[in-house]
Amino acid sequence: MKLENEELFEQEVEALIKEIHTQYGYDFSGYARASVYRRIKRFLGQKHLQSIEDLRKFLFTDSFFFENFLQEITVNVTEMFRDPTFYKSLRENVLPILSTYPFIKIWDAGCSTGEELFSLAILLEEEGLLGRSKIYATDINQKVLRQAKEGIFSASNMAGYTASYYAAGGKRDFADYYTSNYGNVKFNSSLIKNVVFYPHNLATDTSFNEFHLIVCRNVLIYFNRELQERVYRLFDESLVSLGYLALGKKETLSMSGISNSYDLVDKNNRIYRKTN
Amino acid sequence: MDSSSKLIVIGGSWGGIQASMKILQGLPADFSIPIVLVLHRLRNQEGSLQELFEKKLTLKAIEIDDKTPIESGHVYIAPANYHVLLEKDHTFSLDDSELENYSRPSIDVTFTSAADVFGKNTVAVLLSGASRDGSSGLKAIFEKRGMVIAQDPAEAEVATMPLAAINSIPGCSIMNVERIHAYLLSLHEH
Repeated sequence: MKLENEELFEQEVEALIKEIHTQYGYDFSGYARASVYRRIKRFLGQKHLQSIEDLRKFLFTDSFFFENFLQEITVNVTEMFRDPTFYKSLRENVLPILSTYPFIKIWDAGCSTGEELFSLAILLEEEGLLGRSKIYATDINQKVLRQAKEGIFSASNMAGYTASYYAAGGKRDFADYYTSNYGNVKFNSSLIKNVVFYPHNLATDTSFNEFHLIVCRNVLIYFNRELQERVYRLFDESLVSLGYLALGKKETLSMSGISNSYDLVDKNNRIYRKTN
Repeated sequence: MDSSSKLIVIGGSWGGIQASMKILQGLPADFSIPIVLVLHRLRNQEGSLQELFEKKLTLKAIEIDDKTPIESGHVYIAPANYHVLLEKDHTFSLDDSELENYSRPSIDVTFTSAADVFGKNTVAVLLSGASRDGSSGLKAIFEKRGMVIAQDPAEAEVATMPLAAINSIPGCSIMNVERIHAYLLSLHEH
């Protein structure tokens, strides 16, 4: 695929974003453009489509194709115990405080295919908190939510995940958490018996509960500053006083309007705590 | 977009740290063009590159956060495990999608993004490395009439990466690090 005119391409994408909003209700207007353009070019290449016009024909006649598109545009690359130091810090700095609550409510926002969710559940299990925790796992994309619920991951990733698990302070034999089968592993469903899965769109949906910890790592990098601000306010409304907000390693609250009411608990891992 | 605003992007892999250090050392603190540095490194490695450059450069070395604004007088270092994209409003967007050329950060991703946003006002330098990353991004910048430079393969610790670029872009300039440094310095506007 060769795009002769970048400007024309960008105009067509803007029109497409409006049309998707009208037809399917998904609003990508606040997504970071550099990423959207790149993802769409990549998707065109994968599907051997020559233009946005070709893409339109499929998107608006085939909802399965659209779901596929949705999964590509909203990046779903994830891994278990990504940034082991983050999980270690969560274990050492945050969970001891959360353990003082009789009941712990956690929001895993943008949980994707569930790798982060299972990592969190394992951490809670090992700190003896899983039984009195409830995790709300949400994502814009229903397809990835179904995958997350399954808890099935490729066995080829397990060596890396196992190393990260131990680097994150893992206390058991990692293999105890899953069973292997046909090149895949399935994580014990007991880990997610207190997990509620449901679709939630950070770009358009509102606050739905109050949480002690919100984990939203490497999701907001795909949004522009305005949409990020919206989501930070949504998180602020959804956190209890003295609740924790965990962002990705390179995401920062510092440019946001809510930054004054948050302390940085762990600078390297961008774990924040609401001060009021 | 201010058509006069320029951007320097530098990519390197094996041998790229030393080479980029030599190029950047001695550039003045008020250097008028922002510099983006994409170096391959081990995944999940902590931010020691920034400390390394901070110690040795007059320019301010910063590891990129999502939405960091792009300003002169800075060297912006791509963080481990993220691709770095550029936005039209001259901020960075980070991206943790698939590896490109077995790498994240990928030089191609940042170079291609620079071609889209800064076009002919981009100066791109591809340094030593045992990878093929960077060539197609360099080509995108060349096609937008930006300035593209490959480190002289004779000098590069590993010639694979600059050679790949030279072979795919006939108009690619070839310079050793000393000349690259002098060239960048000549772009500085007081």
